[in-house]
Order: sequence, then C-alpha cells, then structure tokens
Amino acid sequence: MSEIQIPDALRYSKEDEWVRAEGDRATIGVTDYAQQQLGDIVFIELPEVGRQIEAGEPFGVIESVKAVSDLFAPIGGEIVEVNQGLTEGPEAVNEDCYGDGWMIVVAPSDSGAIEALLDASAYGTHCQEREDQG
Amino acid sequence: MKRNASRGLAYEEDLLFELSRPGRRGADTPAYDIPRVDVEDLLGGLLRDDVAALPEVSEVDVVRHFTRMSTWNAAVDLGLYPLGSCTMKYNPKVNERVARLPGFSHAHPMAPAVDNQGLLGLCFELEQWLAEISGMDRVTLQPAAGAQGELAGIMMIRAYHEQRGDTRRQKVLVPDSAHGTNPASAALNGYDIVAVPSGEDGILHPEAVAERMTDEIAALMITNPNTLGLFESHIAELCDVVHAGGGLVYGDGANLNALLGVSRPGDMGIDVMHYNLHKTFSTPHGGGGPGAGPVGIKASLAPYLPTPVVEQGPDGFFWNHDLPDSIGRLHGNHGNVGMLVRAYTYILALGAEGLRRSTDLAVLNANYLLACLREHYHVPIDRPVMHECIVSDRGLAETGITTMDVAKRLIDHGYHPPTIYFPLIVAGAMMIEPTESESLEGLDRFVEALVEIADEARTDPETVRTAPHHTRHRRLDETRAARKPILRWQPPTEPA
Ligand SMILES: Cc1ncc(COP(=O)(O)O)c(C=O)c1O
Repeated sequence: MSEIQIPDALRYSKEDEWVRAEGDRATIGVTDYAQQQLGDIVFIELPEVGRQIEAGEPFGVIESVKAVSDLFAPIGGEIVEVNQGLTEGPEAVNEDCYGDGWMIVVAPSDSGAIEALLDASAYGTHCQEREDQG
Repeated sequence: MKRNASRGLAYEEDLLFELSRPGRRGADTPAYDIPRVDVEDLLGGLLRDDVAALPEVSEVDVVRHFTRMSTWNAAVDLGLYPLGSCTMKYNPKVNERVARLPGFSHAHPMAPAVDNQGLLGLCFELEQWLAEISGMDRVTLQPAAGAQGELAGIMMIRAYHEQRGDTRRQKVLVPDSAHGTNPASAALNGYDIVAVPSGEDGILHPEAVAERMTDEIAALMITNPNTLGLFESHIAELCDVVHAGGGLVYGDGANLNALLGVSRPGDMGIDVMHYNLHKTFSTPHGGGGPGAGPVGIKASLAPYLPTPVVEQGPDGFFWNHDLPDSIGRLHGNHGNVGMLVRAYTYILALGAEGLRRSTDLAVLNANYLLACLREHYHVPIDRPVMHECIVSDRGLAETGITTMDVAKRLIDHGYHPPTIYFPLIVAGAMMIEPTESESLEGLDRFVEALVEIADEARTDPETVRTAPHHTRHRRLDETRAARKPILRWQPPTEPA
C-alpha cells in the first residue's frame, strides 16, 4: 500500500469519511485510506439534495471491483449539494478523493459535531492500527 | 474476427449475431396446410412491423459455436474448482442417468397427478429426507436457488409475525460475515438491516445479538458454518436470545455440506432454512444447470408454505393448492424438478453413512489445505475450520502481489481460482473449499501450485502481476468492464 494522504485541515470519522468545514456548510468524501482499500471504484450512489441525514446513518453506497460498502454520514444535517459528476466518473474518488472526488455538502444540524470528529493525527493512528491488525 | 493460424482448434469465436447471414436457417417448415389467419387483425394493431434481429444461422453453425465455447470452460470434470462457499463438488454421473429416465425426463408438469405418481412420490420422499437430514418439520421444493429460498423463508417469517398482529417487527439482524443475498432477501421483504459484528474469533457472540434484540427485530439470519468456514459454536444460545425476544431464526444452509449426518440446524434452534441442492447435494451449477433451493421450516410456519405442496391421499400423491395463508407460488409448476431428481439420487446413492462420510472428508480436506498453506500464506483467523479455509495476501504485502494476482496466476497452473475478496470482513481473502471430491494427491498438487506462486511473488513478481500467461486471453480489464460495461450486442452502424 502506498503512503496514505491525510490532510491536516480536515476532520475524519472512524468509518473513513473526511469532512471539510466551510462557514455553515461541510463537504464530505471518503479518505485516501478508504480509496486505497477499496481499489478501483466503479459505482457510487448518492442521496437527493434536501434529504436530512443523521450522524452514523448510511447516506450512499460505494462499489469497487472488490467490494460494496455503505457510506456513513460522519455528521448530521441537510444535504444541500451532491457531486453529480461521480455517477459518470466514479474514478474521481481514486484519483482525487479530497478534491474532485467529494461526495456531498451538508448544512450541519449541530455545528459542534465536526469538532468532535478525529483530527488528522488521531485518524492516522486509527489507520495504522488497522494496518497492524490486518 | 481474426483467426490465428498457429492456434489450431483454439479458435476465436464470433457471436451468433455476427455469424448471422440473411436467410440462413437450421430447419425447414412444411408448407401451410391450415387456414391462414390475419394476425394483424387479431392483435388489433399491436403487431410489430420490424422483425426481431435474431441470428440467422444453420444447425451446424450453432452446434460448432457452442461446442467450441464449451471447450473454453473450467469445469469440475476437468479439475479442482475450489470456489469457497460455492461447494463445487463432483456431480456423479449416476445423477444424470437417473434424471434421463423417461418417467422423469418426459413428465409434463401439467399432466394429471395420476400420470406423474413416480415423480410426485420422489418429491414427497425428498422433502422428508431433507427434513430428516436437517431436523426441520416440513420442506418446500419450489425455490430455484438459495437466494430465492431466502426470499421465501423471510416471506414466511413476515407472514408469521403479521398473522399474530406483531407488526412492529421491521428489522432483521444480519452478521457482518453474511453472504450478500442475506441482507438483500430481507430488504426485498421491506425489512431494514441491522448488522451484527462478528467477534475477534470470527464467530457471533450472544451478547452482540442480545444488545440489538428488541421488539422491532423480526429475525436473525445466520449461516452455520459461517462464511469464514467456522462453526458458530454459540448457535443454541444465539437462537435462545432471538426466540426470547420474540423473533425467529433463519438459517442459511449454503454450508450444510459441513454438517451432514453430524448435526442438524433444526436441533440448534433454526426455524427456517434453505438447502442449496446444487452445492450440498451435488447437482450441477455454475453454468452446468439451474439451481434448486428448497426451504425447510418448523411446524409453526407450515400454514405459510408456498403452494402447491405435494401430499399423499387415499388416491396417491397430489398437489395441494388449498393453503389459505400461503405466501403464494414462487416458481412455475414445481421448481427445477430435474435437479430434485439428481439430489434424490445422490442421497439414495450415498445413504446415511455416505453422507456423513462426505462431510467428514470435506472437513478433513479443508483442514489439510489450511495446515499445508499456513507456512506460506497469512491465515487471518487461525482456528480449526469446517469445510473451507481462508488465507490472505497480507504476508505478500512487501512484494506488491495481491490476492487478485495470485488468483490469476492459479489459472496458469490449471486451477479455477478460489472465491476472492469474500467474506468482506477479511482484507484480501482467498476462500478455498476443496470439497470431499479431491484425493490427497489432488490436494497436494494444488498446494504445490499455491506455494510456487508465493515463492514466485518474491523472486519474479512481474510474472505473477501480469498473469495469466497460458490462457486464450491475458488479464482482462475488470475495472473498465465494470465502469463501461457493454451489456448487449448492437448491429454495426457501417456494413461489416
Ligand atoms: C452463504 C451463502 N448464502 C447464500 C447463497 C445464495 O445461494 P444461491 O447461489 O443458490 O442463490 C450463497 C451462494 O453462493 C452462499 O454462499
């Protein structure tokens, strides 16, 4: 496995989603670790704009050549934007998971929720632990 | 398509659509000797005016096409086919002999019961045998495969709760090691899925179920032995927890071949289960024939059985359609009857002793493989297994060689690869199920191949990474196939 990118400016969930807070909005995607574990991503199903999601709830599905998994909402809120480009070009998640591979933007229901997520160093430790366990 | 003069009979093969030539055909119909009718008029304007572009080919075109392609197949008659969870055991030829007896092969499903007594009697007896083998009370033979059996079983569970007015139960517990058909069958019945994590030891623990067992849970779906090849040793307690909470337990019987004559799901507390006749009872699958997924139930679920059910009356066997609370019909006529005949034959040929011995050997073979491979491959959960074992690519991490590469390289050694990347809870899983069919020498040869690949991963990783090398086609681009699938043939826009 090549080295995992974990940008300092983001927050992370144990289920391998990242969150980028920008004013009263938060962008969500999956991490480099998740992307590497999954391998080539071939299909992504995302929710409709306007839906309310709760933290921990599945909001979509990601399918790679190896596996299918749920996408879990790291924070709750209303979905205000969805990356439609991923329907046609799911490879963006492999190529640029923190950029073009973003998935949804939410208006968080609880602004403190993002702070409560893991920071880059805690998430890095979480990845390392799983690597060590196999 | 271009043919390569050096490859002899190993032709490339065009699609039947590409072989088509206008007007070519394989049969002549005689001149009409019946009055013509005006089809257009009869159909009231619904007659399509373009003819479906079916291939126009001769009989010899079709025979050669399919015969050539049949020589490209991996098959259990050619060698070990160790697909974990799929139980690719040898399909004895006596099964085919019996299925071709005219009384079975010429039976018409709509013929009056009096003319089909032999076949109905076979169905009746097979139901009883399956019930006896598994400790269940009744069996339906209708479902066409395991997945449809699950659907049927969960429909009966839903009917059971609803009949009692217990409509709060809208969720089903499914372990994280389950086969994908389990959550899919529950979801198709409108249930939400609650995942239950397996313990570190790869099996389910009663506390994990108890924590999630509420009056909203309709059922637990459990596979025993589970998809890691491990016996769910807490099964009785797990069933007690679910029953105490008012739920039922669905047993996925895909791995029943590990239990024959040794233990019975019904005795463990399972309320509903399916049998994959194409796995446990040696009927062909994976391209060799349709499946069959009978479902066994405890007596409390009998009112909901799919109709019709075969019963014995004073005038012999008959199909009983009169089950007012039935979940209904699941399959045209009586299921994939030819498979029922084969499974019946297998049980009859082996007998109680033979069935038990098939299980003993399946378990012995899997443990032998695990023992031989342990030194060469990482074993994620190192415990005695039942009928299949799991190794992973973790030990090869520094070589960059993955499970996919090992699987592809095995093809060069003449083996169908094992099931890979399943179960999902084991990263890079290779799930190997030798079945009882393999001899010691056969197992040793397979181990040699895997050991050679593990060594090669260190000495010559490039050869492994680019395998297979001895196949008609080199490694296919599976990513592109999944991202941009070509799902049907389309006529060329330019004349070919
Ligand atoms: C554990 C398990 N459950 C269910 C199924 C589904 O059975 P079928 O393929 O007969 O529909 C399978 C098939 O591989 C399986 O391995």
